[in-house]
Amino acid sequence: MKARNKDHFNVLMQLFIIFFKLGPSTFGGGYAMIAAIEREIVNKKAWLEPDEIGDMVSVAGSAPGGVAVNSAAFVGYKLAGVAGAAVAVFAITLPTFLIVLILSILGMLFKDVPKVEAALKGVHAAVVALIIVAAVKIGKASIMDIPTLLIASGCVVLLLFTPLHSLYLILGGPVAGVSIIAVKRVLGLSAQTEKKVKDQQADLNYLEYYI
Amino acid sequence: MLGELFVLFLKVGLISFGGGYAVIALIQREITEKGWVTAGQFQELVALAGMAPGSIATNTATLIGYSQMGVIGGIVSTIGIILPSLLIVILFTAFFLRMKSNTWVRSSFYGLRPIITGLIIYAAIHFGIGSTNGSWVSWSAAGMILICVASLIAVLKYKIHPFAVILLSAVGGIVLF
Repeated sequence: MKARNKDHFNVLMQLFIIFFKLGPSTFGGGYAMIAAIEREIVNKKAWLEPDEIGDMVSVAGSAPGGVAVNSAAFVGYKLAGVAGAAVAVFAITLPTFLIVLILSILGMLFKDVPKVEAALKGVHAAVVALIIVAAVKIGKASIMDIPTLLIASGCVVLLLFTPLHSLYLILGGPVAGVSIIAVKRVLGLSAQTEKKVKDQQADLNYLEYYI
Repeated sequence: MLGELFVLFLKVGLISFGGGYAVIALIQREITEKGWVTAGQFQELVALAGMAPGSIATNTATLIGYSQMGVIGGIVSTIGIILPSLLIVILFTAFFLRMKSNTWVRSSFYGLRPIITGLIIYAAIHFGIGSTNGSWVSWSAAGMILICVASLIAVLKYKIHPFAVILLSAVGGIVLF
């Protein structure tokens, strides 16, 4: 029992070290993380099987939150249960947290310096561009027929012109999805729920940086 | 206040499907309603959040927490926004993988994904219009549009890394404004 406890502790330590190192490399974006995790966890440590990476991508992409943090939680949980997930998430978040804190302190120190304000304005414009890029990329994967196009545009219209809270939209999406697919089945139409993997792969390189 | 920060970001974390961008507008709405920061301050915080690695929503949560309650506020907000991801990933890993091919699950995501797209488009509109402070015919607005379009071309056409684009646009801002 004691030996097992020690093993468990060792795994937790190693999880911490690996994900702490991977944290800053999320500069490559959430999906660049996946390649890095594959290298560390599958190739070097042989902790996961190569095909488990596919599971990781699908869980990390469908749960709420960032792909990087979600992947860490997945690997941690697979290796060392709930404690492993908590340690991995803590480790991957810590470096970013510290960087944000430093930026924040610097930002407050220099916030009245006109040129710092100017730089932030420039970054603001670039962030708008990155949001548009994210919308284009996720749109390519999600808008595959007329119903999905209507859902997306209806969602934008509702957000722009009504005070509707986005929570209701997020709850409504799955309801609409299930209903549409059910109706399509009844009508005997083909009911595809995902784009073919091949179409999506091309977009994965930079898909949703910061996610 | 700490409790409020925690609950707010817990809620945001729970619905942050599709990652960071989809919930930016939601965070702004919630915290400006509470009167914690103004729309202008919020935009600066998001720009700052964009300069660090990691999810922009999580970084924004850290910054808002820090601006309201110092380091403790930052920690509490960060934990709040990440905790739902952690729990849901554990649940998904334990159960969802077995239901991956389930029609209900697939149809739900079929409907959810376009909603996320809509939320991100809205975030772009909202955040983009806010950046001009209402006036479109000004040096400032023209500069913002210029940097935004240049960034779009850099990322989409020339595949320049987003972080390099962020740094270049900071330089652009210093030159233009």
